[in-house]
Amino acid sequence: MAVMQEHEVVAGHYGPYGGRFVPEALTAALDQLDREFRSAIADPVFMARLHELERTYTGRPNPLTPARRFAEHCGGATVYLKREDLNHTGSHKINNVLGQALLAERMGKTRLIAETGAGQHGVATATAAALLGLECVVYMGEEDTRRQALNVARMKLLGAEVVPVTTGSMTLKDAINEAMRDWVSSVDQTHYVLGTVTGPAPFPEVVRTFHQVIGREARAQILEAEGRLPDAVVACVGGGSNAMGLFSGFIDDASVQLRGYEAGGSGVETGKHAARFAAGSPGVLHGARTYVMQDQWGQTVPSHSISAGLDYPGVGPEHAWLHDTGRATYAPINDDEAMEAFRVLCRTEGIIPAIETAHALAGAMRLGRELGPDAIIIVNLSGRGDKDVATAARWFGIDLGGAAGSALEIEMAEGR
Amino acid sequence: MSRRLADVFVDARAENRAALIGYLPAGFPTADDCVALINAMVAAGVDVIEVGLPYSDPLMDGPVIQAAVERALLAGTTTDVVLDTVRRVTEAGAVAVVMSYWNPIEQYGVEEFAAGLAQAGGVGVITPDLTPEEAGPWIAATDRHGIDRIFLVAPSSTEERIATVASVTSGFVYAASTMGVTGARTTVSSGAGDLVARSRPLTQLPIAVGLGVSTGEQAAQVAQYADGVIVGSAFIRRVLDAPDADAAIEAVSGLAREMAAGVRA
Ligand SMILES: Cc1ncc(COP(=O)(O)O)c(C=O)c1O
Repeated sequence: MAVMQEHEVVAGHYGPYGGRFVPEALTAALDQLDREFRSAIADPVFMARLHELERTYTGRPNPLTPARRFAEHCGGATVYLKREDLNHTGSHKINNVLGQALLAERMGKTRLIAETGAGQHGVATATAAALLGLECVVYMGEEDTRRQALNVARMKLLGAEVVPVTTGSMTLKDAINEAMRDWVSSVDQTHYVLGTVTGPAPFPEVVRTFHQVIGREARAQILEAEGRLPDAVVACVGGGSNAMGLFSGFIDDASVQLRGYEAGGSGVETGKHAARFAAGSPGVLHGARTYVMQDQWGQTVPSHSISAGLDYPGVGPEHAWLHDTGRATYAPINDDEAMEAFRVLCRTEGIIPAIETAHALAGAMRLGRELGPDAIIIVNLSGRGDKDVATAARWFGIDLGGAAGSALEIEMAEGR
Repeated sequence: MSRRLADVFVDARAENRAALIGYLPAGFPTADDCVALINAMVAAGVDVIEVGLPYSDPLMDGPVIQAAVERALLAGTTTDVVLDTVRRVTEAGAVAVVMSYWNPIEQYGVEEFAAGLAQAGGVGVITPDLTPEEAGPWIAATDRHGIDRIFLVAPSSTEERIATVASVTSGFVYAASTMGVTGARTTVSSGAGDLVARSRPLTQLPIAVGLGVSTGEQAAQVAQYADGVIVGSAFIRRVLDAPDADAAIEAVSGLAREMAAGVRA
């Protein structure tokens, strides 16, 4: 049962996945990060500081909320929501960012850079930079700056510089390219706060480690509430950080299914999606070997999703290995299915989820019907939906009157 | 049979000068124009041609090379076009290596790529994002097909790291002059000289310096301590700025002559 822990045979590799495919100029910085990360997590002073921030700043532990009315839409299964949306800044992203920001400080670096898709990771990084008095630059695809305009404003209010990226598909993938280019040129003073479990080693391990608190809390909370383990834990998978955080708490419990949901966009058959497992193949992107959306020549194929945070053609290498070994299973959720789940959660539980998260909720609705009423399911409620109000209003044809309406309409008009 | 990289450096040394290495992405601005430009570069004194394999996510490249490869990809440049470009320019007498990010090689097939390149007359491959740790199958395939493997060292590389990189490298060691992406710079970083000096005791291979060299004067300066001078963005800039194909050939030839004089200064 503990077999899944043994997959990390060669450092930084998950079976054939992971590794380091980077310009030599970054090797020294990655080695330094690796060293400092290992010494930090073994250092009680560092860990005490992180836990203190989690408690007094992020607001952990966050609750595991029973979702009784939502559960009626999930085949009557028992459904709990792990409330990462209640964290300061509104998503799970802050868990990783605080850990990495403290690492940056420990390495004597004075400047943080980050990529962001939905803007949640950018906001979290800007927040940590403000808290620790560090400089902050966030790279964001121009397309995403439009559809997540609220988060652009938040980052600027927090004192970060937001750089719109106009190359390639102008989304998360291109923001990562730009952040890497910045990092190669500034690595002496700068730490690159990668926002998900992708990238060259040791990033996937670092990010996963700082998100393990999600799974640790959820496991204790479900045992407390139900006196037994869940049948399945469910998360949306962009790069896969919120999923890895939750999965890690249950990975050694063979009876617990690990279910990840990626963005099916307009439908896998249309080619407009971000379904790396359903339609990608093993390749190398952004420093790691993993599942990639690519053509026969190895050129990255642009992804599509209504959700900026899932709109990425690669995925964390540990997920690739969990997929191949069968320990976790992954399925695509189309835009319309996700938006239906978004609507249902709003109306049944009084919680407006992020559109990324709505993919996990749609997954739970499917899975609950499959597993039946005796099943217990935990859904990672990775983030709240404030940033998505304009997109959702447009999707549901909500007429936005008044001043707030005109601000939102401008935002919408500037969108696609 | 093409001349090997080793021959080029031996000959250059015999003439008491550095070798000149020029980069251009295949398919830029078109497949045919690229071949014509490369032939002009060779005629004007470029010793080794680096044929770039255009890739969708060139994270070591600055805006100039990004713009060029984006155009090449839009024009439909595939790996087969790259190999065909190598074949055409080596038939015309060039010594050619390919510069490629790793994923396109892996997807083509490591063995197939090495074999295809050897067949096209190419003599080496520069892999900017392949580390020695991940290079096992690549080392085996390039050995089998007699292709030189060029890995990079950077100013941040430790001595131990330089030794590791050099131990799997053949042809020449590529010394990245600065911590940064490709692109012309007003001065070539002083870090380049230090890096070459630190690398000398750790390898017998020739060492070529790239990143930021854009004038004959800079080439002359780098040639004082390096065995090779690599020029990329500056050539592309000339092509991007030229009003038509003939003007591009003229501009690129002019720069090549300036650089060739530089490495002989
Ligand atoms: C709320 C929320 N959930 C999920 C994601 C997807 O990221 P990951 O798969 O790394 O959790 C994002 C990314 O922006 C997000 O903002």
